[in-house]
Amino acid sequence: MIFAAIAVVCGINLVLQSHPISSALSLVGVMGALAALYLLLGGEFIAAAQLVVYAGAIMVLFVFVIMLLNAGTEHKGRRTWATYAGVPLLLLFLGLIAIGIAHHLPASENVMFGQFTKGSPLEFGRALFTIYLLPFEVTSVLILIAILGAVVLAKKEID
Amino acid sequence: MPALPPSVPLSWYLTLSLILFVLGIAGFLFRRNIITVFMSIELMLNAVNLSFITFSYKLKQVDGHIFAFFVMVVAAAEAAVGLAIILTVFKNRQTLEIDELSSLKN
Repeated sequence: MIFAAIAVVCGINLVLQSHPISSALSLVGVMGALAALYLLLGGEFIAAAQLVVYAGAIMVLFVFVIMLLNAGTEHKGRRTWATYAGVPLLLLFLGLIAIGIAHHLPASENVMFGQFTKGSPLEFGRALFTIYLLPFEVTSVLILIAILGAVVLAKKEID
Repeated sequence: MPALPPSVPLSWYLTLSLILFVLGIAGFLFRRNIITVFMSIELMLNAVNLSFITFSYKLKQVDGHIFAFFVMVVAAAEAAVGLAIILTVFKNRQTLEIDELSSLKN
């Protein structure tokens, strides 16, 4: 629950911050909190992958591009009456939906740490390389295409 | 401060996933910086991943983890290509504001 609170706060911060670097750091916070939640849900491998791939590689890419482009604070748009009227109405709407969901949702069991043990790298790899072998190989082709596309886009000079 | 419960219901994880997804949509719609819009997309992908893992826990199967893994791979590829596109756009237009990138409109 603590990690959920961290994730929500960082997520709100991401949307509200006006500078891209602040948003990127908030996103790193969200991803770290989510990795901890994955660990609580028994996904050891996916938690490690979340930290390495998302919070590590992808966010480094983002921060690198932000620094490279020297992105500054974005300009504030004009605020009309719709901005001021919309926020309370939106909160009211979401609150009503939340109440409705809370009343109609059946009670679910509590999450106990250690109850689900199939998320270990052993089980994960066994499933990945037997049942999901074909999607795994197709993914490699996808990544190859992405690499080629990124190289072509970065090299091309459009007049 | 009240004592925190030692364990939380499973539906709270799905609620958190919902909240994060809605935040991602809000950022996608309301922000003007193209990089921040891109980060909102990543936030939405993360929210979907959380719901995958939660259902995987519920069903006691590892398949949800595999799907979350594939989502991660696709997100990585998408980030690489998308950031390359952003770089190209910035090189040609000298701007990151999506309101000024409206040449498709005319």
